[in-house]
Amino acid sequence: MTKSEERPGRHSVSVAITGSGGAGVMTAGNMLLEAAAQAGWYGLMVRSSGPQIRGGEAAALLRLATHPVNSLDDTCDVLVAVDWQNVHRFADEIPLGAQSVIVGDPDQGEPPEVYLKSGARYGKLAMKATAKSIPGSWPNMLALGVAAGLVGVPFDAVKAVVGKSLKKSEALAASIAAVEAGMKAAADLGGAARLAPPVARTGAHWLLTGNQAAGFGAIRGGVRFVAAYPITPATELLEYMAPALTQVGGVLVQAEDELASINMIIGASYGGVPALTATAGPGLSLMVEALGLAVAAEVPIVVVDVMRGGPSTGIPAKSEQSDLSMAVSGLHGDAPRVVLAPNSIADCVTTTQWAVHLAEQMQVPAIVLSDQFFGQARAVVERPADEPHAAKRATVGANAEGYKRYALTESGISPMSIPGTPGVTYTADGLEHTERGIPSSQATDHRNQLAKRERKLSQADYSRHWADVEGEGEIAVVTFGSSTGPVREALARAKADGLNVRLVSMRLLAPAQPERMAEALRGVKRVLVVEQNWGGQLHRYLRSDFDLPGEVRSFRQPGPLPIRPAALHRELVEWSRA
Amino acid sequence: MSAAQATAAEKPARTAADFKSDYKPIWCPGCGDYSVLSSFTKAFALLELAPEKVAVVSGIGCSSRIPAYTSCYGFHGVHGRSLAAATGLKLARPDLTVVVASGDGDGYSIGGNHFLHACRRNADLTYVVMDNHVYGMTKGQPSPTTEPDWDSKLSPGGTGLRSFNPLVIALAAGANFVARAFAGDPNGTAEILAEAMRTPGFSFVEVMSPCVTFRPEQREWKSHVRPAPVKPTDDSALAARRLMTDDGFNIGVLYKGDRTPYQPPMGKGRKTPADLEKGFSL
Repeated sequence: MTKSEERPGRHSVSVAITGSGGAGVMTAGNMLLEAAAQAGWYGLMVRSSGPQIRGGEAAALLRLATHPVNSLDDTCDVLVAVDWQNVHRFADEIPLGAQSVIVGDPDQGEPPEVYLKSGARYGKLAMKATAKSIPGSWPNMLALGVAAGLVGVPFDAVKAVVGKSLKKSEALAASIAAVEAGMKAAADLGGAARLAPPVARTGAHWLLTGNQAAGFGAIRGGVRFVAAYPITPATELLEYMAPALTQVGGVLVQAEDELASINMIIGASYGGVPALTATAGPGLSLMVEALGLAVAAEVPIVVVDVMRGGPSTGIPAKSEQSDLSMAVSGLHGDAPRVVLAPNSIADCVTTTQWAVHLAEQMQVPAIVLSDQFFGQARAVVERPADEPHAAKRATVGANAEGYKRYALTESGISPMSIPGTPGVTYTADGLEHTERGIPSSQATDHRNQLAKRERKLSQADYSRHWADVEGEGEIAVVTFGSSTGPVREALARAKADGLNVRLVSMRLLAPAQPERMAEALRGVKRVLVVEQNWGGQLHRYLRSDFDLPGEVRSFRQPGPLPIRPAALHRELVEWSRA
Repeated sequence: MSAAQATAAEKPARTAADFKSDYKPIWCPGCGDYSVLSSFTKAFALLELAPEKVAVVSGIGCSSRIPAYTSCYGFHGVHGRSLAAATGLKLARPDLTVVVASGDGDGYSIGGNHFLHACRRNADLTYVVMDNHVYGMTKGQPSPTTEPDWDSKLSPGGTGLRSFNPLVIALAAGANFVARAFAGDPNGTAEILAEAMRTPGFSFVEVMSPCVTFRPEQREWKSHVRPAPVKPTDDSALAARRLMTDDGFNIGVLYKGDRTPYQPPMGKGRKTPADLEKGFSL
């Protein structure tokens, strides 16, 4: 038994706060997360909501822990419902067990059967009536108090967070009184899963969403121009960047559509300013033609795709990893591009920063596949190190003799001339061209330029960042993006059972790195490919562009349900015994 | 007084020839776009610009081949998106003079939405549309400005659709400068282009540029065009009324407003990423 396991309480506790839209459950959830974070715990909050702008159902799904968390757990320990309107729609997303506790307001009706049949204990708290008895308070503050009380987040920590966000003293006093009432009610409701005391965190820690993380990573990487069109779930990334860019001397422009936004960033980057846009699947579909322009004209750009359920409009506010096929192969012509995927919220910083670096270094478009889970989830993370991933573009000086913009260099990278530099003007062109950039339909020019553009990417050094390769064993899991969190957790459980499983979490999806993959999988006899989509897009891609050793299985499920560690753990254990 | 007269007394720093590249145009003999190219280079010389401080941005089509025929920085992007690329360039690099070249298909059909929003946004761009009422590069299909009864293989007997009035639309959408020019008068067009480039904000110049291959009847335009019998107005309603009632052959600057150009504060902020990350710290 390790030292930490001797402490009282659980290392991880999951809480859901639900209610109809406008009931303030996201506010309550964020405050609980922040209070736990300030008190020294780690935590994660995932947002789930129905399609309505206002008045629809909403759920704040929290997981608080003594260790960093990048995945939701298998079951939810505490469900606090401010009301039950349409909350049954979250039944699949809020799996309860016999040990779980439901807290509901009896004046809002009985909990839906779908929750009660789990065997969870039902405790009553008249949130609306109690809030009414404390003038100026709201039921969500009672929900916050009861949730905090049940899992053991101290009152002082909650009080400090409420005090920080409510400036008006009257509302503040009322809210704190409501929190206190909620905590008192929690004590009366009796036992629930309580958190073990926090283990002292070492080093700097941040509390942020994946969308903020990606936006910050872009700025850290040197992006100073963003053009974008609003789209769920990428909008918050842009809303973070708009004021942040202004502060660091950049700008964000709201474009009329995604066709405009990507062409605007190509224009800005052609002008020498590292540029980015962020979107979701429908927007990426519209951007595909211009991505090809960035390939052909060799203009560096970064596109962050915060993936959501597809196809078409799909499930806008819920996560899915189903844009992979489009990202790695969705352009006409032979069009080498970089595709990256962060594998944690903290990694949204590092990977987006790396994307800027690779795009600038190789004068190519780089697509970053984030998703709604990362984008809209907020978590306590260790401060991501400032990797030396600053944008560096090879440029040419004034009046360079015999300058050729698309010169056939050994590395494939040709110094770029930035407008304003005299004596080295050229025309950037989506038409196939000669080394000087003159349009050409001749076979030799086409062949030379195709080879050059391919060479840039194939000769680059992607270093250790191409994937996180962890552990040993004859079974390996290959995955990417937000599926990595539950995979890591399942692997840790397997290890506790004595089953060693290797992990390859691919950060660099394109260009494909078959040699590195072969090395990472040396000695492996079974490969499980894990992803969150219907068709097994990663599995197909690996089958076509990589040589996987031994027996290969696909473990996949479409969004919006997250992959749960328990299901994966079971699969691995069963397969290891087969 | 024109810029040409102003600079006539002294030797201009550069001549139009300094703005021409050595790359031979692909256009048909007699194409109006040759004259427009010459007007571009004359206008740059009139304004005494340096080629490296000018960017010519275009989409796809015959007219969009112009950038490479100049000695300026050029950008030949995808079909219909020249205004978007130019907007990104101008906002990121306010120090450059950005001129956008387009045609009636590229600019009004596939790029129609960007046209509306570029007028509305009013970034400091000069937008030159060479209008010949036909898709020339794909060999003769009707565009948004083609007459409804113009017969073609793709739309036998004509589209039956009324043609689009880009100048009125530009006014309605908020363009700050609206002019009509004729390719057959390269000097006059050069002066209009120079004035458009000098005027802050979004300047829209529609150049009637005959397609002698697919619309040979447009050779007759030269006998119909005339200087507009009115002075430019700053009243957009008056300008729109004039444009909706004239016969389409009045040449000159038709509207000049005084809207402040859109230019977000690029390069003004002084904070660093290290400052920003404090906002996330626990």
